[in-house]
Amino acid sequence: MPERKIDISAFLEKHGIDPEQEELVRRELEAGGEHHLVQMPPGKPIDAPGIYDFSDLQILQGIAPPKVSEVTALQTLEDLLERDEQREKDGFQKRIRIGRIVKPISGHKDQVVVVPTTTEPKFYHDTSTTEEEEATGGSGEGEEGEVIGEQAVDPREGEDGEGAGQGQGAEHDVLSDAFDLGKILTEKFSLPNLKMKGKKRAFTKYIYDLTDRNRGFGQILDKKETIRRIIQTNILLGNVTEEASVDPEELLINPKDRIYRVLSKEKDYETQAVVFFLRDYSGSMAGKPTEIVATQHLFIYSWLAYQYENKVETRFILHDTEAKEAPDFYTYHNSQIAGGTNVHPAYELVNKIVEEEQLARDYNVYVFHGTDGDDWDSVGEEAVKEIRRILTYCSRMGITIARNSWGSSGETTVEKYIESSGILKEKPDLIKMDMMVAADSTEERIIEGIKKLIEE
Amino acid sequence: MELIDQHTKGIMEECKVRARDAGLRFDDESLEYIVTNRDLLELSPKGMIPTLYDYWVNDVEVIKGKERYKLYPNNPYETVINSRPAISFYNDNNPDWLNIMIFYHVLAHIDFFQNNTLFLNTWKDDFVGEALADKRYIEQLRSEHGRWVDYVVEFSRGIDNLAGYFDRLPLRGSIEDMQPPSKVDFYFDVFLQSMEKLPDHEIFKEIERYNKLITRNKAVAESAFFADVRKKYPEFSALYKKHTAKNGENVLDLMEFVRDNSTFLKKENNEWMKSVMNIVRGTSLYFSPQIRTKITNEGWASYWHDELFRADDRIKGHEVDYARTNAFVTSVSRVGLNPYAIGLRLIQYVEELVDKGKSAFGFQQLSKIEIREDFDKRTGKGRDAIFQLREKFSDFTLINTYVTQDFVNEHDLFVVGQRFNPQRGTVEYYIKSRKSEDYKKMLIEQLYHPPEISVIEDKTNDSNLYLSHQFEGKELMKAYIPETMTGIEYLWGGQVQLETTEIVKTDAESEDEELEYEHRRVLFTIKDRKISKTDL
Repeated sequence: MPERKIDISAFLEKHGIDPEQEELVRRELEAGGEHHLVQMPPGKPIDAPGIYDFSDLQILQGIAPPKVSEVTALQTLEDLLERDEQREKDGFQKRIRIGRIVKPISGHKDQVVVVPTTTEPKFYHDTSTTEEEEATGGSGEGEEGEVIGEQAVDPREGEDGEGAGQGQGAEHDVLSDAFDLGKILTEKFSLPNLKMKGKKRAFTKYIYDLTDRNRGFGQILDKKETIRRIIQTNILLGNVTEEASVDPEELLINPKDRIYRVLSKEKDYETQAVVFFLRDYSGSMAGKPTEIVATQHLFIYSWLAYQYENKVETRFILHDTEAKEAPDFYTYHNSQIAGGTNVHPAYELVNKIVEEEQLARDYNVYVFHGTDGDDWDSVGEEAVKEIRRILTYCSRMGITIARNSWGSSGETTVEKYIESSGILKEKPDLIKMDMMVAADSTEERIIEGIKKLIEE
Repeated sequence: MELIDQHTKGIMEECKVRARDAGLRFDDESLEYIVTNRDLLELSPKGMIPTLYDYWVNDVEVIKGKERYKLYPNNPYETVINSRPAISFYNDNNPDWLNIMIFYHVLAHIDFFQNNTLFLNTWKDDFVGEALADKRYIEQLRSEHGRWVDYVVEFSRGIDNLAGYFDRLPLRGSIEDMQPPSKVDFYFDVFLQSMEKLPDHEIFKEIERYNKLITRNKAVAESAFFADVRKKYPEFSALYKKHTAKNGENVLDLMEFVRDNSTFLKKENNEWMKSVMNIVRGTSLYFSPQIRTKITNEGWASYWHDELFRADDRIKGHEVDYARTNAFVTSVSRVGLNPYAIGLRLIQYVEELVDKGKSAFGFQQLSKIEIREDFDKRTGKGRDAIFQLREKFSDFTLINTYVTQDFVNEHDLFVVGQRFNPQRGTVEYYIKSRKSEDYKKMLIEQLYHPPEISVIEDKTNDSNLYLSHQFEGKELMKAYIPETMTGIEYLWGGQVQLETTEIVKTDAESEDEELEYEHRRVLFTIKDRKISKTDL
């Protein structure tokens, strides 16, 4: 990005920041790089069948391994979760997981786990620690060094992998996977529902409920209503009088007295919401912080998609020193880090979009921001100003700080200026901030973070 | 599951006769079942052993992936299992000609199970029968101790890949010299008399029971008899194993050491946990030879289904069908490792080497290419050689001995590497090397190889269990260390320490410099389920 090269010394002079931060800024600038999409992760297992992937049943008899359907797997979810609760009480770690690292990478179907899974921890060798690339065997023509096949990493280019044993249709829809994942998230973590404030508007959507009553037949006998009817009938017949006590044995029952409830169409009301996801993809986000933020946003996104049945609108904003809107979740999730950090352009962009599209009028607006807490602008004047603007229309703003290992321990720049601005105390129900040390954060901690950001 | 029909069974018996004529050796009895998808749902998580104990993890989708086999020492999806009688599974709509081919393949597997010395310790028992008794026993324990049984199963499974499989293999594989008492002899002569000290009339009653079973059905009498014995004396199996192992070097593996020395397990209320550990350990040991002979075993079976079926007159009219199927099974992949293909070719390679006398020392001295190529002594001993191979070799020894440059050249083999192409946004697969040493190294890298972790007795006492991981260039999967250690701590009933090596990336001075790695010996300590790490 030559056009974005900034004269460091001029920048530093202008902003007058301390040496510690100067170091951070320098490192980010020198790291260079570009925001391209997914790269091959180090230690990526080679995508070809290995020795133990072959078995007689499959190869000789063509019997595919049985697939546990997601429905079957979900049936036992309750038992499993109960068992997991019990494990915790017994002092052991929980074992049911929603997947190790859930990342929508094209052509790797099994990396998006949509059913409850578990692992069996054992001691075993880890080959991914050294940079040595994974290898497999092959045979046939070709010179050493010759490329014999390639596989597209970015599915949007529409190129299917060729030659590497990857069949057609390996691409998958991020949205539908995310949807399934969300279902498990809500069930497992009982995330509190976002409170839908603002205007309600009727949709042309129906739900079915046992609300209508019907005489004679139906799905569920409404006992109270039936008894009322029987008494009425018997009053008319003279079996029930004010003076004598009622003998239930004597009562006559007209078949028509039985009142049932039946399923009926009901109009449903829904609220609308738009959720902004903001991700810091500057150079300092390398490694864990990005993983944390991307995973957390995948979780939130999945859960929203499930809970609000894809009715929630989502917008994605990436920022380094500048902010830009990403067209879809895939790009948002998979764009690589690079460049320096300025937080305020992202907030500014949110404000701009909300204003231009007049979103505040019809929608509940939510903003989730994930960053490592670095900001070249150490005072954060701009950022705080933009936050205040956001808070005028926003239902909840949640900021996740995934502290990286670059900076010193302790408060990061963003934390400092948000704390000192006092907005956290002024509007505690509108803005939440959550800090975690990226390197030590587990999936559980990420979920915990979501809870913090959206607690009522 | 139902047995195959009489017609198909007839075909199988016919195949047995021909396989025996060709030199394969296996028991008379075998069982063949038709399996449905539903059966497979239950069978595959249990390593195809229908009687294996139930465990909740089997009901959950376990995270799969390339690492799977490193964790589970079994191949979950085999068509024939190493039981007595051997049990095999079939699709219900295979055409006859395909069944013949599969039967030959299966018979060669059975021959391999029953003759390869890595399987030696599975020859004495019928695992399916044993597993049934174990399963019932675990069920009974569950009704008494509830979820704690599952915890013990879980924690035992956490270390079952460390079971000392090779320690239990007799050193030279010559069982004739050792002659351990048979299980029956041990039970009546030693166990009942000198260990349990039963009165005579009780022993007679047992003998009578045994004889009755023998007269009724000889084939299953022993396993049926011992199924009941296990219920009555759960410790019997362990005692028998211990007794027979006396001859070999008696090094305890981690599971045994914990079982025998844990103060927690010694408590009367916890004695049952030892049996559970034994069951889990036994299961792991049972699967161990299979995972270590995948290539050899599949190669052997592919060699024989081809040899036998091509010579079988029943192939008439199906030659093309067979050629297609066989090619699908045994062709070398352009990218990927097909154990059938590699195993078959290695076995054929050995046969040819010996047939031409190329395995002799004299040949290895020759360096002139033309002479090497034309060398042929016509020894006619190739067949014998591969029968010896099936008896003595494992995947490692086979690859390590016979993957030579000649072999690699003959089949145009190469190592495939992958690299990222940022311009095209693709992962490229390229030919990395055609050298035999690289190919061999790559193959060996792929083989199942659990870490070597042993108990350091000098540093171990009642309150501390000290383990040491022998570093072989790869560190232990970090994420699993705490949980695995929690399990060991539970079984041990006290602090557990693990010494291991970590690979640490050292910061490169400049960007062009290659990343450096440093090996650092560290000590993990777990106490009261809290884990800590110190540098050594």
